[in-house]
Parts: sequence; C-alpha cells; structure tokens
Amino acid sequence: MAENIAITWRRIPERYRLAGTQCTTCKTKFFPPRKFCTACRRKGKIESFSFSGKGKIYSFSGVHSAPAGLELEIPYVLAIVHLAEGPKVTAQIVDCTEDAVKIDAPVEFVFRKIRSDDPEGLIHYGYKFRLVK
Amino acid sequence: MTSSTGIVGFGACVPTFRIKAEEIARVWGEEPDRIIKGLGVKEKSVPGLDEDAASLAVEAARNSLSVANIEPSKLGAVYVGSESHPYAVKPTATIVAEAIGATPEVMAADLEFACKAGTAGIQIGMGLVASNMVEYALAIGTDTSQGRPGDALEYTASAGAAAFVIGRQKEQILAKLDATYSFTTDTPDFWRRQHAEFPSHGGRFTGEPAYFRHVMGATQGLFEKTGMTAADFDYFVFHQPNGKFPLEVAKKMGLDVEKVKPGLLTPMIGNTYSGASPLGLCAVLDIAKPGQRILLTSFGSGAGSDSFAIEATDVLPAARERAPHKLAWYMEHKKYLDYGLYVKHRRKLKSL
Repeated sequence: MAENIAITWRRIPERYRLAGTQCTTCKTKFFPPRKFCTACRRKGKIESFSFSGKGKIYSFSGVHSAPAGLELEIPYVLAIVHLAEGPKVTAQIVDCTEDAVKIDAPVEFVFRKIRSDDPEGLIHYGYKFRLVK
Repeated sequence: MTSSTGIVGFGACVPTFRIKAEEIARVWGEEPDRIIKGLGVKEKSVPGLDEDAASLAVEAARNSLSVANIEPSKLGAVYVGSESHPYAVKPTATIVAEAIGATPEVMAADLEFACKAGTAGIQIGMGLVASNMVEYALAIGTDTSQGRPGDALEYTASAGAAAFVIGRQKEQILAKLDATYSFTTDTPDFWRRQHAEFPSHGGRFTGEPAYFRHVMGATQGLFEKTGMTAADFDYFVFHQPNGKFPLEVAKKMGLDVEKVKPGLLTPMIGNTYSGASPLGLCAVLDIAKPGQRILLTSFGSGAGSDSFAIEATDVLPAARERAPHKLAWYMEHKKYLDYGLYVKHRRKLKSL
C-alpha cells in the first residue's frame, strides 16, 4: 500500500537525517520532533536539533513474517534503539542476523531504502541502524 | 585545464555483501580458474536489498563531509554521477542533498556517462569552485550496476560509491587538483536502452578502440598539457572494469605496475562503475604521503576519459582520520552470498 506523498514529504528531514527538536529550557531532546515541551509546558522553548545517529540496542525482535512490501527482507531484525541523546526509536538493524544482535550493543545510523511502492511508485528512504564493529 | 582547487574531503561506501567469481562460474558451468585469471576478479560486492545508488551515495557523502569538517549547508553544489539512478525521472542528487543537510540553497543535478559520471562531477565542481560560483562542491560517483545472468559482465558488475568535497581554501585542501584533461569520442562499446534491464556491449570491441584508446589518450594528453611525465607520479589510478585492463595500460605506457596496484580494487570488489576509479583514488588517498602525486584517469563507455593530476598536501594525514569509516573498513567487513541469494538481492527473477 502506497504511503501518501504529503506524509512522506513532511517526514523527509526526520527520516533522512534524524532531524528532531530540543527544548532549550530543560534540554530534553525529542524524536520524532515535537513542537511543544511536555515537561516545561508553556515555559519551554523548542528549537531544531540534529541527532548524532549513535545509540544502543534497547530491545529487539527477529521478524519472520513481514508486512506487505518487505517480504523479500525476512528474516530481519527490528529494534528499539536508545539514541545517545535520549529518545528511543524503532528501526531495522541492517546487514546482520538476529543472533548477532545483543541488548546494549552499540549501533550507528545508516541511510537506507525503507520501501518502494512498486512497480511505478515512490521510493521511500530513511533511517536504519547498523551494529558498530 | 589547470586549477587552484582541491579535494577537501573524500569518502567511500561499499556494501557488505559479496559473491565469489567461483560461485557464479559454478552456476554457468564455466571453469572458475579461467574466469578468475581471465578477468582478474576474485569476488565482487553486491548491494543489500535496501541499498541502491542513492543510499550508497549518501553514506559516501556523509564520510566525505566528516573528513572535510565543514557544515553541509556550505555546499553550493551536489552532483551525483551514476548509470543506476533509482528513478528514470527524479534526481538522486536531491535525495543526497536532503539527506546530508545541504538543502535548499544548493545547485544539484544527476550526471550520466557510464562509468565516468563521477569524475565528470569532479570537473564540474572544480569549475564552479574555481570561478567562485560556489564555496564547496560535492561530486559523487555511485552505482549498483547490472550484468545479464550468464554474461561476462556478471562476474564484475558490482556496487559502491565515492564522494569528494571540492574547495579552494588552501589550509583545507588535502589533495590539490592541479590539472584535468578529457578525451571524448562517440564510440558505441557499451549501452543500455530505455526500459532495458541489462546493458549490451561490444565484447572485445570494449577493449582496444574504447577503453585503451580513451584511457591512454587522456593520460597522454594530461602529460602533454602539463609537461609532466610518468616519473612525476607516485600512484596511477585507472578505471578498472576488470583486474587486468589497468595493468595492461601500465605495460603499454611503460609505467611501473607497482604504482597501479594500490588503487586497483576490482579484484576484491568488482567494477563499481561510476564508483570505480573514484574508489581507487580513495584507496590511494588513504595511504599517500604529503607531496606525493597521483594520476587518476576514469573511463566511461560511449566513450570518454577524464584525467587528473592530483597532489597530496600536509593536510591529508590528519584529515583522513576524521572519516567515520574508511574504505578499508568497507573492504574488510563482508558477508558472502550464494548464487540463489544473489539472484534475490539483484531481483534477477521476473517475479521478484
């Protein structure tokens, strides 16, 4: 199923380069980006923030039954990555099998193809992570 | 053309997956030794299922920006050369520029000239930087090339990317781009028609009238224009469609073969097309000492060659250590595929 073009386009900065936000009052980092600080409320001041792409595996799971469009990629690893700056993101761990992944293992951002709306649709790109070796 | 510009950042990317020439030969009933010796290729890189020319370009570009140590927003131009752009219509350069944070104040376009679109981008970058139209330009050669199953190209057509940031600030230049010279004719040695999945080629015709004439023509032309000779260079990087052609060029031109080997990657990763001679340059920049001179000559079918006289500076040794991953890292980290998985990775079955 093809994702709406406007939704894809709006998310390009966060998907392509982990562009998030931070509250300059309490220094909390947000990913995906928030326009409002949930801690400081109206005292919060939000500005854009680029994440380094470094993180650790918080939890992970091997996917053996893929959603439509990702059938060729099974078995693949899906993980919750704890970014060095705080937030957690769910993303695929590339170029490895489930047995190579461990909780707390360091990972780094990679830019990969997320899915393509075949055969004539859009190609969606975004963040995934790779084990740091 | 002589120039006051130089490389201020460079970066590489090669996928993790490999297939051995022996494994491809097994499927097609060829003698592995004959193939390995005949082409001079032991194995080649294969892109992951979620990799394409755009994703490889982004990773190479990110590495090059770390070496350059500049804000991506200072890039005034992004040119991406490839013969496997993911879209027929929609630029790869916009994807790359957006992913590295160079948008929106940036010139961007895709280039195509078979295997030499990357060096064509370097020349455009040199022109824009030298004329003060931009502060920095990013030129990338990237490909996930295709070989028809069973064709000789299947043993070599591989994937990889190399990116170069070109600038003019003397204290940032890690390798001076002293001069460039191009040699171009209309020579139909290799092509792919619109909507065709695999390229066609002229077999032996791709050698003498195509590769050798242009590579040697451009290299000789650079010598004549600059007054330099082979003795002035410490390394030679030639386009490398296989492991043998670059060494044959050295023999034909009377060059020291040992000066060609450090930049010859095809035996280990195959022919990365637009990434091929640019990746060879990355390999040499990773070992070159300040003051050493490098001659780079690309080749693109159709056909043309771009030659460059490059000189490493004192900035190089410290700058190259800033790369998150050097080329050697990508060369070392590899996972082998058998032919069945390779077919899946390259979607060579109609049903994939």
